[in-house]
Amino acid sequence: MKAAVITFPGSNCDLDMYHALVDEFEIETEILPATVTDLSAYDAIFIPGGFSYGDYLRTGAIARFAPVMAAIKAADQQGKIIVGICNGFQILTEAGLLPGALQTNTQPGFICDVTGLKVVNTTSKFTNAFTKSINQFPIAHGEGNYYVDAATLATMQANQQILFTYTDNPNGSIADIAGVTNTNGNVFGMMPHPERAVDALLGNVDGRAFFSSIIASLVNQQEAIKA
Amino acid sequence: MMHTYTEPTPTEIRDQKIYLPWGLTDAEYELVCQKLDRLPNYTETGLFAAMWSEHCSYKKSKPVLRTFWSKNERVLQGPGEGAGILDIGDNQAVVFKAESHNHPSAVEPYEGAATGVGGILRDIFSMGAQPIAVLDSLRFGEIDNERTKYLINEVIAGIAGYGNAIGIPTVGGEIAFDKTYAGNPLVNVMAVGLLDQDAMKVGQAKGVDNAILYVGAKTGRDGIHGATFASAAFSDEEESDRSAVQVGDPFTEKLVMDATIAIVKRYPEDVIGIQDMGAAGLVSSSAEMASKAGMGVHLNLDLVPQRETNMSPYELMLSESQERMLLVIKKGSEAKAIALFAEYGLDAVVIGKVTDDGLYRLDFNGEIVAQVDAQDLTTAPKYNLPAVTPKRLQNAAKEQFVPKIDNLKQTFLQILQQATIASKASLYRHFDSMVQTNTVVRPGSDAAVVRIRGTKKALAMTTDVNGRYLYLDPFVGGQMAMAEAARNIVASGALPIGITDCLNFGNPDNPEVYYELAQSVAGINQMAQALNTPVISGNVSLYNEYNDEAIYPTPMVGMVGLHTDNQTITTQGFKQAGDAIYVVGTTTAAFNGSEIQKMQTGTINGQLFAFDAEAELTNQQLVLSAIQAGLITSAHDLSEGGLAVGLAEAAFDQHLGFDVAVNLSDALLFSETQSRFIVSINPAHQAAFEAHMGTAAQLVGQVTDNGTFKLTTTDGTTEILENEAYTSWKEAIGWLLK
Repeated sequence: MKAAVITFPGSNCDLDMYHALVDEFEIETEILPATVTDLSAYDAIFIPGGFSYGDYLRTGAIARFAPVMAAIKAADQQGKIIVGICNGFQILTEAGLLPGALQTNTQPGFICDVTGLKVVNTTSKFTNAFTKSINQFPIAHGEGNYYVDAATLATMQANQQILFTYTDNPNGSIADIAGVTNTNGNVFGMMPHPERAVDALLGNVDGRAFFSSIIASLVNQQEAIKA
Repeated sequence: MMHTYTEPTPTEIRDQKIYLPWGLTDAEYELVCQKLDRLPNYTETGLFAAMWSEHCSYKKSKPVLRTFWSKNERVLQGPGEGAGILDIGDNQAVVFKAESHNHPSAVEPYEGAATGVGGILRDIFSMGAQPIAVLDSLRFGEIDNERTKYLINEVIAGIAGYGNAIGIPTVGGEIAFDKTYAGNPLVNVMAVGLLDQDAMKVGQAKGVDNAILYVGAKTGRDGIHGATFASAAFSDEEESDRSAVQVGDPFTEKLVMDATIAIVKRYPEDVIGIQDMGAAGLVSSSAEMASKAGMGVHLNLDLVPQRETNMSPYELMLSESQERMLLVIKKGSEAKAIALFAEYGLDAVVIGKVTDDGLYRLDFNGEIVAQVDAQDLTTAPKYNLPAVTPKRLQNAAKEQFVPKIDNLKQTFLQILQQATIASKASLYRHFDSMVQTNTVVRPGSDAAVVRIRGTKKALAMTTDVNGRYLYLDPFVGGQMAMAEAARNIVASGALPIGITDCLNFGNPDNPEVYYELAQSVAGINQMAQALNTPVISGNVSLYNEYNDEAIYPTPMVGMVGLHTDNQTITTQGFKQAGDAIYVVGTTTAAFNGSEIQKMQTGTINGQLFAFDAEAELTNQQLVLSAIQAGLITSAHDLSEGGLAVGLAEAAFDQHLGFDVAVNLSDALLFSETQSRFIVSINPAHQAAFEAHMGTAAQLVGQVTDNGTFKLTTTDGTTEILENEAYTSWKEAIGWLLK
């Protein structure tokens, strides 16, 4: 398995994601700038947190025009795993790769805290290794208030696209939604930071199951291809 | 090309004394004329006014600052550069410094605080270091008026807006409230960085013909004369000078930071010197680099990237536009340096060169607009100011205040709600404390701890000072600021290794204020030597006054400690029921300047209680060695609010209770005697712990999980529900800010 972490100017969780993948899960990983146009060599693509291009406009609104986005869309066409964390989630919704949008928190202001996440669906590529139903995940955002219209929400629920909900909604997200996939189940975005919860020294390893899920689904996929 | 600006002539400057509002005195102006052997022109007058301001030259505080002890076996770089550097082994070094942004934050709190973060980070990465943490030490007036609420909310938002975006975690600091800061809040920011020793850079312009490279944001008219502005006092009559405040852009700063660290790594031989453009912008950075190297500098101002039209040389030199750096690049390597910065989307332009004539020369529109001796610019006249013991200290009452406690539960809950004691979580939760995924101990414990990835080491860091103590005794208060900082570091299990400071005082021309400055520094210095924590960097902020009333002397101490084994990192919270609770140190009646005196009388007065430096060192060493031996489960330093507050804070973390009995009166639970800790010990380690500590620690009770704080004193037994105490403490700031 080979992973790419895409760094936009202003991304600041790129190294955190890199260290989680490499140091904790020994996944071959490269950090690539947002100017790359070919991602065909990678099995999984991670868009990390931060403030792409300063995010002085709507978060992710400029990043979606970056050259790398065409390559990310091509990877989606091939059904590859694409993960957006925090600013990455915002970018994926702006780019139309995930439904919905992220607005300013109902109580305005950036919040950094640890919040409970309920795993709603354990059959997905991103949640199959979770054993606890409630997990503690770090959050750090000012625009994490997820919104989607009622009709789309109903479809997402029917398709089991909602993977995580907040136990104590910190930002006003509709239906307590914390993390969602696209209809195909290969693109995922969430505001909480699993990469901040993988190292016992930092006091929280609840995020490990997220990475273990992705690894397991990639292994299954490769075995399916071989067979 | 015609000049599109008009400036007073040298004789007009002399006759109209237009240098006075810029902060240059008549005598200083005369001295400039003498050194030049002619009258300075407009640009030159501006250069001297900025460079000779207290903010840039420390001309008034230098006799005191010189006394700081700043050398031991760890010190790689002491005061005088962007930041100080300490050896932490394995060819690694820690770089840190603190800086004040008090005046800008008083008039434009969001941008003032934001650019305070930006400025101190540039000091760190200009040494070639990667910033790893930010701490904030904030002081505001009492939260009882809309102005203070506005200042608090905007300062917090400004720090968050800048620090979160640039991706450096804000891991700690402290916030306190007192009416002395109402008109002049304090915003002190400390930054810590990591460095491979062979990548160390300093701000020097060496080597004839080497290129002066301007990097980063374009220059505008913002912040002109910010350094002078920082060297004057506020009053009701004077319009606050908003144009002297700069506007920050953390996105550009992140690019500048990443690119600066990258060029030091990629082309170590080609980068001769780096300096950030902070106070007094282009003139300060270039003149200091030239003067430190004993060289001259020749700049062509037509080449300076500008974002406004028709800027004059005076404006270009004095602008404090943010996110700009000045590098000295080896002659011939300019193109590859410029190409590297272009990779990050940054402007980098050669604007001049190093010369060997010792002159500071500026060209503009084909004319020489300034030509002065570089050494003269950076050598302000020195002042030895008179110091007089303040009257309040001469007549202070010797006896200690006696708290009145009719109902211990009531007093206990009341003190937890005092703004200075109450939880600051509702404020610091706006700061990203976890980005970079190295933060082992987040805000809310005695010291923050950040691990050094790939090693077993970690760094503990804290900021401390209690201005009330210094107001009652600047020398002893200075010792206590050091002692508390060190207790915080030790409670985390780290060895204190060095400090930085922000010396916040009133107008030094007032002999009473100068006395406070000199005595505080002496107190800090005495403890710095005793603790073997050299003073490796710092900052002076004078003229913190409002309507001629000085703030309490507030020399903030920022201390760093070293953990050699991250497995013994300890936090302040009790961990499990059944653990034994011990108090380390002796409790005496220490109430003058205490939180309970303030709470019960509305003010502080009397002679400050005594400090025993010997007991302080002994207790710290005992606690540190016990933690490192794995005997201690939790450790918390006792400070404001005494044992009562210390016990409550230790219990809140995991929502545990305690059953504690002490041979003290109810009142003594609130005493603020120094040199004390509260620790919890697993019963299996009790015997070993007692043997280790001898008479320094007394068993006072145990941790419980019944949701109750049970306190038995010589006055009787009191029970308080944990959740009632917790709510009082946790919600108080939120209630006050509503």
